[in-house]
Amino acid sequence: MKEKIDGILAELKSEIDSVKTNQDVTNIKAKYVGKSGYVTELSKLMGSVPNEEKKEVGQMVNALRESVNELIASKEKEINDAILNEKLEKESIDITLPGKKIKRGSLHPMTRITEEFEDLFVSMGYTVFEGPELESDENCFQKLNLPKGHPARDAQDTFYLKDEVENYLLRSQTSTAQVRAMESNTDKGPIRIVCPGKVYRRDEDATHSHQFMQIEGLVIDKNISMADLKGTLEVMMKRVLGEKTEVRFRPSYFPFTEPSVEVDVTCFKCGGKGCALCKQTGWIEVLGAGMVHPNVLSMSGYDPSVYQGFAFGTGMDRMAMFKYAIPDIRTIYGNDIRFIEQFDRKDVD
Amino acid sequence: MLLSRKFVSDYIDLDNDLTINDIAESMTSVGNEYDYAGNLINASKLVTGQIVECTNHPDSDHLHCCKVNIGSEVLDIVCGAPNAREGIKVIVALDGAVLPGGEIKKGTIRGQVSNGMLCSIAELGLDNKFLKPEDKEGIHELPADTELGVDAIKALGYDDQVIDFELTSNRGDLLSVIGMAYELGAIYNKKVKDIDLSYNSNSENVNNMFNVEVKTDDCSLFLAKKAINVTIKESPDFIKARLIASGIRPINNVVDISNYVMLETGQPLHYYDADRLGNTLVVRNAIEGEKLTTLDSNERVLSNEDIVIADKEKAVGLAGVMGGLSTEVEDDTKNIIIESAIFDPIKIRKTSKKILRSEASNRFEKGLDSKRTYMAIERSCALLEKYADATIVGGLVEYNKADMSDTAINISIDKIKSVLGIEISKEEVISIFDRLGFTTKEENGLVVTVPSRRRDIKIAEDLIEEVGRIYGMDKIIGKLPSLPTIRGTYDKTKRSIKHKMADLGLNETMSYTLIPNSEVHKFTKDVFTEVVLNDPMSEDRDTLRYSLLYSLHEVYKYNKSHNNSDISIFEVGKGFFKDDEGYKEELKLAALMSGEFTIDVHKEKVDFYHIKGIMEELLYFLGYNGRYSLVVDDSIPSELHPGVSASINVNGMNVGIIGKLHPNISKDDVYVMEINLSKLLSIRTGAMKFKEISKYPSIYKDVAFIVDNKVTSKEVEDAIKKAGGRALNTITIFDIYKDIEPGKKSMAYSLTFKDETRTLTEEEVMNTFNNIISEVENKLNAKLRSN
Repeated sequence: MKEKIDGILAELKSEIDSVKTNQDVTNIKAKYVGKSGYVTELSKLMGSVPNEEKKEVGQMVNALRESVNELIASKEKEINDAILNEKLEKESIDITLPGKKIKRGSLHPMTRITEEFEDLFVSMGYTVFEGPELESDENCFQKLNLPKGHPARDAQDTFYLKDEVENYLLRSQTSTAQVRAMESNTDKGPIRIVCPGKVYRRDEDATHSHQFMQIEGLVIDKNISMADLKGTLEVMMKRVLGEKTEVRFRPSYFPFTEPSVEVDVTCFKCGGKGCALCKQTGWIEVLGAGMVHPNVLSMSGYDPSVYQGFAFGTGMDRMAMFKYAIPDIRTIYGNDIRFIEQFDRKDVD
Repeated sequence: MLLSRKFVSDYIDLDNDLTINDIAESMTSVGNEYDYAGNLINASKLVTGQIVECTNHPDSDHLHCCKVNIGSEVLDIVCGAPNAREGIKVIVALDGAVLPGGEIKKGTIRGQVSNGMLCSIAELGLDNKFLKPEDKEGIHELPADTELGVDAIKALGYDDQVIDFELTSNRGDLLSVIGMAYELGAIYNKKVKDIDLSYNSNSENVNNMFNVEVKTDDCSLFLAKKAINVTIKESPDFIKARLIASGIRPINNVVDISNYVMLETGQPLHYYDADRLGNTLVVRNAIEGEKLTTLDSNERVLSNEDIVIADKEKAVGLAGVMGGLSTEVEDDTKNIIIESAIFDPIKIRKTSKKILRSEASNRFEKGLDSKRTYMAIERSCALLEKYADATIVGGLVEYNKADMSDTAINISIDKIKSVLGIEISKEEVISIFDRLGFTTKEENGLVVTVPSRRRDIKIAEDLIEEVGRIYGMDKIIGKLPSLPTIRGTYDKTKRSIKHKMADLGLNETMSYTLIPNSEVHKFTKDVFTEVVLNDPMSEDRDTLRYSLLYSLHEVYKYNKSHNNSDISIFEVGKGFFKDDEGYKEELKLAALMSGEFTIDVHKEKVDFYHIKGIMEELLYFLGYNGRYSLVVDDSIPSELHPGVSASINVNGMNVGIIGKLHPNISKDDVYVMEINLSKLLSIRTGAMKFKEISKYPSIYKDVAFIVDNKVTSKEVEDAIKKAGGRALNTITIFDIYKDIEPGKKSMAYSLTFKDETRTLTEEEVMNTFNNIISEVENKLNAKLRSN
């Protein structure tokens, strides 16, 4: 019996190297551990083994079965590993080839700058208030303390509608939102709004487009001051033009604010050292602002002895031109695909 | 407003070490911006000289060889001016002189040494309008008594500095040298000096010679005086130089004095030739259609909005704007009537906008101080006596309905602090008002009396601004308002539509609202009244768009002409119209696609189904899945291809159009859509909610039908849905095979069946499936396609 066992193992060992494929594995399994394989046949002979040897022989047969299974399994793994490696090898690709192109859209720079302003002010509790682009002379001028014949109306050459001169117009300033916001606020309580939008003036050259975009801000409460205005504009300008931006107030005149200021920011190009863009002054005028004129408050139903507030308005096109380094305002409304498709990614925060 | 430093120095002592830029900057810091600050003449190394010998150049028919005495030496200078001759005194630019036209260098001209240049006034850089005819043709001739070898700019009286201010429209008071002096006085804490108004009057009374009748409410103050026996001649040099520095062309002493006084006081004056005027002046509104020939020899047709000065019969001047030709002061004028008046600013503004905007009308429009009206007429008399040898007739013709009072305003220090957001003491505030020339009295806070020259100051807030200006607006320290935390809001839907469209691969445009009137009814079949401008800049932009598609098509054509024909763009903007209720604006979304909508290497030409896919994605995104359909109805505009276009219907409402541009409109394959977002978004959608994930399996069945080519996919789907009932879960078309047999096509669908409450049996599904097949076969004359 022992000789037989040794013989089977020796035969397997001599044969195992010729096993190359999974089919060979199947065959060799059948030959040794199949239904009528050597090891199976050997087990069948256990009946003829004397009782006192049965235990010992049984152990030897079991050991043989284990050895055989082990040898074959190890061979089988070797073969499968080789097959897998070959498959992996075959599947390997040129990872330097380009990825599949997904068509890329873009958002217009004016949309982007508008959203930037909106997000900032919404985060500070402002409501984005959108008014109509067709406006009455009353809302756009008269209720902003610009009665008919007022010399300051010259600054804005307005597009009036046909047969509606000094009556109905394409809004020349988003300041008209001040009137709309105050009048629509029926409880005449505090207001915090910004109004971004298109405005129109009879003016067209390299720095002026007859259509452009402004954003107006209005805060009304009982204790609002010029200091609050300045702090707010500092936050806004740093957000849009960079953290190093500084803000300067110069007294000015607007009929709908009193006191009024022009607001300069440090030149974004030279950082305030002086360059051609800022005419060597280090500052660029970007915005008009002030405390809402008492006449404006009372014309829209607010009591100027109780409420005061600030308002500001700025051209967003100029901000976009600053931010994205666009030299000519006409590019913004030219809609050349080579221009608009550049605005196709997330900007830095 | 051009301010001459010499001129303003008559009224305020400015430190000599202040540069003109210092002054300009300090004015800017109190709210008065400037365009230019610097020398009146930007030239160096110019001296006075005299031609002591002048011979013709040997090699030229027009050049002269001059020997020029400049005091310290005699220079050889070649000069081409026709008036160069022995004896005249001239302006000499020395070697190294820098003129606006460039640098002057020693050299030889056609073999003759030239050590400089003899100059004309024009070469000094003076504006053309100030030049006399002789100044334009040759070198400038200085007066015979000019000292030799001194600074020529100084000798000319042009050694002045100027600031060109851009003033705000409320500061009419700064349109005067005296007003500027007060402003500078507040900045530098200096007192303004008195103006010399002294002159002698004769014993007669002008009121016995003529009278004034004011027959309009548009004139609140009218003063007149008479000056007799004037001598018309050239003005003294300082008057001419100051007028030039202030941007006004000198004419003769009398006209120059009226301008000089206007510059000083801000009050425009008018002088009439008294001998060409009757005894009565009438101030009245013009008669509609009345004619008047103004100083510039133009005949003006007036309306009753205009104010005129008239004699008994006819208008002789257009008040505040321009005098009449018939009473003009001319070289032979002996006696003059001086007018100093205040007219309604709005009326003057209207008239001047129509006729001529002048230095005078600009001042009338901004409003005048009645005290200056008196000051100006007195000052005028003083100067006419001094510089035009005039005798001033006694008395003053006077009509006065003007408010002459100063304004008293009550203000509290707390209010100043609360508005400006600064800490400031009462003493500081009082000191600021004092510098401004306002008087203060402590009484319930402060009572501030503002002189009438500051007509812009009417209420407490105006005073707060004055405090802020002089304190320094820029000293305000910024802080954020302390306000309750509230939720800010914005139109998220509009924003998300734009982002969705960009995510779908389209590029956003922003085009002009104004389009040509001829295009406004295109790309739509809606019947509406368009909104038109009264006074457009051009015919190209005279109407407000209704549809955005005209704009997008223009963008397409522009890019195509720049060799970019792969265009997939969208825009969100407003469309405008007018109806019985008034002006209306609606938010619209338009898209245009043409060329290749590139995905990977499969360069795919855009077709109808691309843009429809965009539309479907958007409507799905907005929550309208299953609620929209494309229908062919009579709302499709003629600009679209009749066979490749449809109306977009949501919940039975027409919200837009989609289709290919008609070949008459575009030879290229261009696809467009437009959705009226105002209409679409008025249709409510349900909130997004989790749907239980089915525990029961789906059963899949594929089916293909052969139908007539004209049968639409919607018809097949509708029939499948009808027969499929509740068990039918989804229908997806996966193959279309056109002309599988003559006039027929095959349409293959993949169907899924599912019940959310139980597992469907194969038998149930087969029953439904067979019902679907018979429904489609019967309804659409279809055949089941056998594999």
